[in-house]
Amino acid sequence: MRVVVDFDLCESNAICMGIAPEVFEVRDDDFLYVLDETPPEDMRPKIEEAVQRCPKQAISIVEE
Amino acid sequence: MIGSVVVVGASLAGMHAAHTLRREGFDGRISVVDADDATPYDRPPLSKQVLAGDWEPDRIVLPAAVEDLDLDLHLGRRAMALDRVERFVRLDGGDRLGFDGLVVATGAAARWLPRSEELDGVHVLRSLDDCLRLRTALDEHPNRVVVVGAGFIGAEVAATCRGRGLDVTLLEAADVPLERALGTRIGAVMADLHRDHGVDVRLGVGVDGLEGTDRVEAVRLADGSMIEAEVVVVGIGVVPNVDWLAGSGLNVDDGVVCDETLLAAPGVVAAGDIARWPSARYGEYLRVEHWETAIAMGETAARRLLADDRDGEPERFDPVPWFWSDQYDRKIQLAGRSRADDDVEIVNGSLEERRFVALFGRDGTVAGVLGMNRPAHVVRLRALVESRTPWDEGLAAAKELA
Repeated sequence: MRVVVDFDLCESNAICMGIAPEVFEVRDDDFLYVLDETPPEDMRPKIEEAVQRCPKQAISIVEE
Repeated sequence: MIGSVVVVGASLAGMHAAHTLRREGFDGRISVVDADDATPYDRPPLSKQVLAGDWEPDRIVLPAAVEDLDLDLHLGRRAMALDRVERFVRLDGGDRLGFDGLVVATGAAARWLPRSEELDGVHVLRSLDDCLRLRTALDEHPNRVVVVGAGFIGAEVAATCRGRGLDVTLLEAADVPLERALGTRIGAVMADLHRDHGVDVRLGVGVDGLEGTDRVEAVRLADGSMIEAEVVVVGIGVVPNVDWLAGSGLNVDDGVVCDETLLAAPGVVAAGDIARWPSARYGEYLRVEHWETAIAMGETAARRLLADDRDGEPERFDPVPWFWSDQYDRKIQLAGRSRADDDVEIVNGSLEERRFVALFGRDGTVAGVLGMNRPAHVVRLRALVESRTPWDEGLAAAKELA
């Protein structure tokens, strides 16, 4: 799976970082960085939770 | 066995309840009722992007409203009464929706200043309709916008109006905005942030009345002064929508009172801004008007309805509240709760920089973490609140984060 963030929608609430810090990091420049765009399959539940919990629905999973 | 569920209220809590029922495998009828005839929508952008004119209403539709959940939507219909014995909700128009399970999620309505509803130019901001009406008024380039109340809604409206280049006065009756929640020191920053952007902030003064016959012309303050304004936005809080529950036998006391599993009565749960429940974490009943809490309650309430048909203990609802507010280019986030009489310590950054993290302590533990433009820190320090970390330990851990 590929993790995709729509940076027009992202507001750096960092909720995703709270759920999956291995993949999402909001840094001191206030921007979100996707640390791993193709995380392993066992991370899927956490990524799906991040997708659901993002207040701006800025995250999506693309199957490849 | 639950065969049919009625959800009264199609906003965040109600729609997440409906979505969760389906996700948990419930395949009976789900009827959703709401007096608002708009496709269910998300509220936070109403004081920001939609009000600013950056987004149109189609961008705030709730995903659950357009997913194929096989819901019977009754939009633009108002619930008028609840009969718990015969198990039905009576709608305006007299028709009845029978239920086995009921989700009460009718939220809250904005408060008005006395005798202000009939004056043109005076607005509250709760619904999409309110937002679009206010937006149209702002499009007319009013001479000044006076925002009454510097809570989070008032503050966001002030920021959005200022962002549109309008002259804004922000009024707060307390000595600082959010004084009871944040205390004097942190509350003061909330006012200063607006002053940074050229908003005329008046603290410690109440509104005596509004001047004008058919249209508002000025706001008269308690100190006798007058502020001319063509638009007034009232942001002085909300009142839970409980009138329709009169005579239902539900325990109503500043909202619908539930137990720790969100059960209000057999087969009846409540969720969202209307629900009051006992928090073991905080040792008191809470009614929380926050986005994430509404979602979590909707989900938990739905599972509670199904729990009696299934094995296992109903889960207790006791999360760490999570709240955020966006004003100008600042993001304010609060994990947990804060009160004016808590211990407060700035553990990162500074109030002057408008970038900081503050810890709030009560009874020797970390009760809340507040950040301004420090999202990564707040997210990581949220764990201190969740595990009720002792104060000194919490301070040390917080200061260690760069």
